[in-house]
Amino acid sequence: MSFLSVREISPKVRSINPTELEPLVKRAAQIKTELTQGVRKSYKDVIDVCWGDPHRGGVKPLTFVRQVLAACMYPQLIHSDKLPVDVRRRAQRLLDVCDGESVGSYTATAGIPYIRSNLARFISRRDGGVPSSPENIFLSSGSQISLTHVLKLLIHNQASLPIGVLTPMSTYSTFKMAVEGLGGAVIPYYLEEERGWELRVEELRRVLREFKDVCNPVALYVINPGNPTGHVQSRTSIEEVIRFAAEERLFLMADEVYQDSIFGEDTEFVSYKKVLSEMGPPLSHQVELASFHSVSKGFMGECGLRGGYVELVNLDPEVKKYIYNIFLTDSSPAVTGQLALDLMVNPPRPGDPSYPYLNIQYILEVLNNIPGISCQPITGGAFILPRLHLPQGAVRKAEELGMQPDLWYCKLLLEEAGVCVGPGCEYGQKEGTYHIRLRVLTPVDTMEEVLRRLKNFHLNFLKEFS
Amino acid sequence: MNKRHYIRNSSQDLRLFRWFSAKQCALPTPKMTENGLGHREKVLNMNTMNPNVKRVEYAVRGPIVQRAVQIEKELKEGVKKPFSEVIKANIGDAHAMGQKPITFFRQVVALCAYPDLLEDNKFPDDAKNRARRILQSCGGGSLGAYSASTGIEVIRQDVARYIEKRDGGIPSNPDNIYLSTGASDAIVTMLKLLTSGEGKTRSGVMISIPQYPLYSAALAELAAVQISYYLDEDKCWGLDVSELRRAVEAAREHCKPRALCIINPGNPTGQVQSRQCIEDVIRFAAEERLFLMADEVYQDNVYAEGCQFHSFKKVLFEMGPEYSNTVELASFHSTSKCYMGECGFRGGYMEVINMDPQVKLQLTKLVSVRLCPPIPGQVLLDLVVNPPRPDEPSYATFIKERTANLEILAEKAKLTEQIFNTVSGIRCNPVQGAMYTFPRLTLPEKAIAAAKEKGQAPDMFYCMKLLEETGICLVPGSGFGQRDGTHHFRMTILPATEKLKIVLENIRAFHKRFTEEFS
Repeated sequence: MSFLSVREISPKVRSINPTELEPLVKRAAQIKTELTQGVRKSYKDVIDVCWGDPHRGGVKPLTFVRQVLAACMYPQLIHSDKLPVDVRRRAQRLLDVCDGESVGSYTATAGIPYIRSNLARFISRRDGGVPSSPENIFLSSGSQISLTHVLKLLIHNQASLPIGVLTPMSTYSTFKMAVEGLGGAVIPYYLEEERGWELRVEELRRVLREFKDVCNPVALYVINPGNPTGHVQSRTSIEEVIRFAAEERLFLMADEVYQDSIFGEDTEFVSYKKVLSEMGPPLSHQVELASFHSVSKGFMGECGLRGGYVELVNLDPEVKKYIYNIFLTDSSPAVTGQLALDLMVNPPRPGDPSYPYLNIQYILEVLNNIPGISCQPITGGAFILPRLHLPQGAVRKAEELGMQPDLWYCKLLLEEAGVCVGPGCEYGQKEGTYHIRLRVLTPVDTMEEVLRRLKNFHLNFLKEFS
Repeated sequence: MNKRHYIRNSSQDLRLFRWFSAKQCALPTPKMTENGLGHREKVLNMNTMNPNVKRVEYAVRGPIVQRAVQIEKELKEGVKKPFSEVIKANIGDAHAMGQKPITFFRQVVALCAYPDLLEDNKFPDDAKNRARRILQSCGGGSLGAYSASTGIEVIRQDVARYIEKRDGGIPSNPDNIYLSTGASDAIVTMLKLLTSGEGKTRSGVMISIPQYPLYSAALAELAAVQISYYLDEDKCWGLDVSELRRAVEAAREHCKPRALCIINPGNPTGQVQSRQCIEDVIRFAAEERLFLMADEVYQDNVYAEGCQFHSFKKVLFEMGPEYSNTVELASFHSTSKCYMGECGFRGGYMEVINMDPQVKLQLTKLVSVRLCPPIPGQVLLDLVVNPPRPDEPSYATFIKERTANLEILAEKAKLTEQIFNTVSGIRCNPVQGAMYTFPRLTLPEKAIAAAKEKGQAPDMFYCMKLLEETGICLVPGSGFGQRDGTHHFRMTILPATEKLKIVLENIRAFHKRFTEEFS
């Protein structure tokens, strides 16, 4: 009998709800192997538009970024003339701020001071001059880590009720897992699909009323632009949320990692910090805010380099003394991620600037023209979340098999068409509705092929189950 | 392909342009105070903040280091001091102290970062082959794609092969290998997994005194119980099982002992445990049903004559099926130490042995929350476990660099021990391995009293004064734990030899002055 059995491990860890994606992704990998081994299928490759991982989907990294990184990793390149002069200069500048001029050294726990200063300048520029101090900026190996660290400050088990975090009902799974893993409770709020996945304060109020007796709500987590919904909040909406957070005494966590992915014609990203500042005192002094950004999305798409940061606004000065403690056990953030952050916010010489994206309007048109699929317009983010109006026969079949209908749909889509998408049940949705999630930051040819296969599959599916 | 589908319309170009041009903005905006001291209490204040956070201490980057950073600033600003630079001998960071990276490793990661370099004939073929192989296993052929949360499969296979080779053929299953963001990530994950409970049912975790304070910090944050067992300074920091027994029996009164952590070679103490000792620890863990955590990040750093690194796994399997089928073990390694010193890449792994399959599922679930370890760190780890072979072009340079790094460390270990032992009032055990020395200080009574008045541990008082007078930054022994009434400091042996000689000389002179001042 084991020394350490499941009974003995941390109940918080046990309580984490696992992701639905795991078996789907495993099967996708299996099919890829089968195809290379020559197994015959009606498609020649598996297309994965499941993850928010642009490079995996074929998007190329920015040349300037990779040239600078290579030169920092292997400084002999700085003395060769194979690389452009500005790349070499940038690499040298960055090595100058690394201990021992090596990217192999530890850095300060909160990140290299030079880079923190550059981030502060970037944030201030982005927000039209609102001051930003490097002292309030903490780098981490990916934004998931700084999100978890902020949660660690907020969540404890000293009270009789669990600490609650208001979280969008439709959200990616690892945030929910992080809350659960710390012993906190996820308080899910719906976004209104019929109004383009809008965040309505009435819904936040409703959810608080409902959950106030079973947990102690302490924080409000918003994702803007939204994942998986692609909704970009208007300034008015952000103001309402800030006012609500102030009234209900909630710590605001604004996940803004998709801030560079905006495509609506009249859509503008405005940061929570900027809106807060422009609302003036007393709110601008009072509302506590943590905002998160990362190199994983937007132009860079450098998920694997693990670069992220959090900016803390209006924190209690006594509490601030202890923020450092939370980051200490990581030693220091991955240097490659820190360098990538610097390159993201510091204008380089134009290298290879554009990604070809498939026109979003075209994607929406195609999807909305497939009978049984409807899709809200999106104005930002990396994903689209079309709704599946599944025939009763299909829903029954799924129930017979003991599976969520949209997960089952995704499995069939993978097996029969070689397209891997995420099921709506993974992210949360209104009872009785079904969705799939696709990444739209995908090269043109690939996206066209995805839409073609999806359309064919769906029409056959309707035939079979209507 | 229909060109109309390209989105290069003006608003897209504008956003791209914004990224490329520095945007000046002079809009006056109401100033937002960063230390917002509003009239009302904050949501996150000292009463509502997770109380465990307050208990976290990590001396390696603690107050003395913060003062050192301040002094560096002052020097830059031209403030006059009795020294011209701060020497940070507080942290095990070889590159910061001037050690050069291994050429082959950096060539391969650079090739992976910017694959156009694969056309450059200045790079050797074996480096290019390694890079191609690794890139093939990355999503989209890019370092920028997420990997599986346990790490890139091909790299985990390479790690398993390395372990098999190291341990004389004992099989290693890649499914038992978890890549991590430095060894610290894996250690904290395991502690998170196996600690729970409240009051008397709180999990207890055994760790040595002295210890690397990651363990105490993590246990404090998790509100688990730290069960301290003392290493014997008089026996070269050896470990006696009777001490383990004493500690666990006392602990059972107020907690549930679950795990035993051991660092070998030791940090800060530098001892390399004998094979007999390792067997004794394994037997003890089996008897007491404790999960064994073996921190082996310094496994290549062994210097002393007659000392050898024995991996816990190897010894376990050589003890036969009674133990090798039952004892549950996690062993940790990293790219930060040994001869490569690549701390900034955050590469590492753990191997779990005999873990309950249900527990393993929970572990796999847990690591998925942080998505994946940095890909460059995974790549570097692959090179550490799969370095140039004797028949490959880069082998000669590689082996020269590796040998030089380890030889220099061995010399410095000896030099440090020799010089410190000439100082009256400093007693230094042989630095058998790792990267540190942890000498014992005899402090005059008056100094201890002066420290008390300041509210400082005596060795902190000593180290602060040393910093102010010489610019040398060490970590006081109180940061690692030590027997009551004893005082130590931890110094790294990493500064370049000539600099190290000066550092040792300065400490010798300081100690003399200090003793005289407080007699």
